[in-house]
Amino acid sequence: MTEPVLSVRDLKVEFPTRRGILTAVDGVSFDIAPGEILGVVGESGAGKSITGTAIIGLIEPPGRIAAGEVMLRGLRIDALSGEAMRKIRGKRIGMVFQDPLTSLNPLYRIGEQLIETITTHLNLSGAQARTRALELLAEVGIPAPETRIDNYPHQFSGGMRQRVVLALALAAEPELVIADEPTTALDVSVQAQIIALLKRLCRQHGAAVMLITHDMGVIAETADRVAVMYAGRIVEVGPVRDVITAPLHPYTKGLMGSIPSLTGETDRLTQIPGSMPRLTAIPSGCAFHPRCPRAFVPCPTFRPELQNEAKSQVACWLYQPFPVTAGALP
Amino acid sequence: MLAFIIRRLLQAIVVMLTVALIAFTLFRFVGDPVNQMVGIETSAEERAQLRQDLGLNDPVVFQFVRFIGNAARLNFGSSYQFKTPVIDLIADRLPATLELAFVSALFSLLVGIPMGVYTALHQRSILSNVFLAASLIGISLPTFLIGILLIFLFPVTLHILPSFGRGDVVHIGFWSTGLLTASGLKALVLPAVTLGLFQMTLIMRLVRGEMLEVLRTDYIKFARARGLSDRAVNFGHALKNTLVPVMTIAGLQLGSIIAFALITESVFQWPGMGLLFLRAVQNVDIPIMSAYLLLVALIFVIINLTVDLLYAVVDPRIRIDARTA
Ligand SMILES: Nc1ncnc2c1ncn2[C@@H]1O[C@H](COP(=O)(O)OP(=O)(O)O)[C@@H](O)[C@H]1O
Ligand SMILES: [Mg+2]
Repeated sequence: MTEPVLSVRDLKVEFPTRRGILTAVDGVSFDIAPGEILGVVGESGAGKSITGTAIIGLIEPPGRIAAGEVMLRGLRIDALSGEAMRKIRGKRIGMVFQDPLTSLNPLYRIGEQLIETITTHLNLSGAQARTRALELLAEVGIPAPETRIDNYPHQFSGGMRQRVVLALALAAEPELVIADEPTTALDVSVQAQIIALLKRLCRQHGAAVMLITHDMGVIAETADRVAVMYAGRIVEVGPVRDVITAPLHPYTKGLMGSIPSLTGETDRLTQIPGSMPRLTAIPSGCAFHPRCPRAFVPCPTFRPELQNEAKSQVACWLYQPFPVTAGALP
Repeated sequence: MLAFIIRRLLQAIVVMLTVALIAFTLFRFVGDPVNQMVGIETSAEERAQLRQDLGLNDPVVFQFVRFIGNAARLNFGSSYQFKTPVIDLIADRLPATLELAFVSALFSLLVGIPMGVYTALHQRSILSNVFLAASLIGISLPTFLIGILLIFLFPVTLHILPSFGRGDVVHIGFWSTGLLTASGLKALVLPAVTLGLFQMTLIMRLVRGEMLEVLRTDYIKFARARGLSDRAVNFGHALKNTLVPVMTIAGLQLGSIIAFALITESVFQWPGMGLLFLRAVQNVDIPIMSAYLLLVALIFVIINLTVDLLYAVVDPRIRIDARTA
């Protein structure tokens, strides 16, 4: 197998607060192969954005990566100096945020923002950078780039702005693009266009994608593999077809229940009762056990690790022999 | 853009008319102008004649219109105390006040903005906390107290810098400037610091607050994610966005600096309009008072207008909205 573009091992992100240390991401591991699109799903607050932010090295202090490592093509990047990491951001890892309306600085023309990104990372003159900016704008489907390049962000619609954001993320040909809910803030009518564009561009540029979303429909159409997060942990990861048609983890099954068109089943439309725990009160053992319809003896006590199961990996005691220690059983 | 300017101009005119009404009321109805102008031994006929000559028997509306017409031609009548045209008195004092206000504003911006940026970027540093603590003192001490403390410290104890007056001035046309002589510059230091200190702390806190806000925005996060250098993010992006609202406030502050110059001028016996106005108040010299009122209002309005226009130049969103409006 080829070396993964991104390899995350046992990543743990903590936020010290007055009420103690909150662990927003707790022992997350996954790989992304070159050119692969990894979907990351989970309810809001599951730690998806924090995982992406940690990879690109932008966790706001006092938050910090407390353990684990992030490898970019074999280079460990989580412990790099600020300046070395800055050279990777935008150049080797591009990022797209949720809200295109607020991702662009309102006081600068989009051309200025593109050119500054290009000249930061590539050794080009101002004129060459402008040519490249025009190419990028044309590539992301902005009509009449020669005139639009001198417009300000507020002169673009939401969908157009997200195209500009994509152009910015791809400006220096990154190997990996982290897209954090890139369409959540957009009109439903343009969501599909932007996702299709993201997919096409990344294929053409050979960039791998970490696509964070809570929209299973988007994952089904776009991703090669999918990782399901719950309360700061990955509970299941596998090829997108397998996870969608034959989910293993009870949480994943519940999530799939919310897209009947994909599973073809209507009787499982019921949402999972309850809500995700707060970071201050993560249940012991498997964090999902209080909401799990199939929780049993080991779940409240022992934390399951990801184990291979069919073509996927799942962290659930239903699929692995559970430890029996006298003291731990009720 | 033109519509925007016209709208702002109309607003400015309304403000000026309102102030003119107040100034006129002051002039016409506080005390009796005739009694102020004549001596004890003036006869009743002479007084009636003067009243007629001054047009004080005309309907009030006429008088108001005439007042505005005169004011527009800078004719504010004669001072009761000095018996000379008010406009000459003011023209004589205006340069002193404007130079003081300008230097104070410059001081407050040049010191306040860097301090605000520093405290926003290095929130936890010791120096930031020192700045913030010091700014609390600056905000809570009254201006005259700061002035007196400075006089006590520099001229009285250390025997440097003059404690009052404007030093030597050079006349350039009608303008008298203290900026071109050593003694003039020295004399400017303490009054300018006194007057600017409050604004400086205000600007520092404003810049700090705005900048912290801007640093939390998505576009700053995205700028970092694009790999821009800290310098480009902090000064190219964050500072520019911070200064847009700061500019408005700083502009308005310039107006209040001119108004507040009154206190500083009296502490340092600075020969400006403020001092003239204070004397006028003591002597019920109404023409000077109403002229001062109109002039300060005019300066406020002009500054406001300039700030609005500058704002439109800097912020493309307003520029476009204004164009389509
Ligand atoms: N600066 C912070 N301080 C404390 N907790 C934080 C901070 N940022 C995020 N969190 C918490 O981390 C958890 C994961 O957040 P996030 O990754 O944004 O979730 P999502 O999966 O919806 O993207 C949330 O519970 C959130 O409250
Ligand atoms: Mg999120």
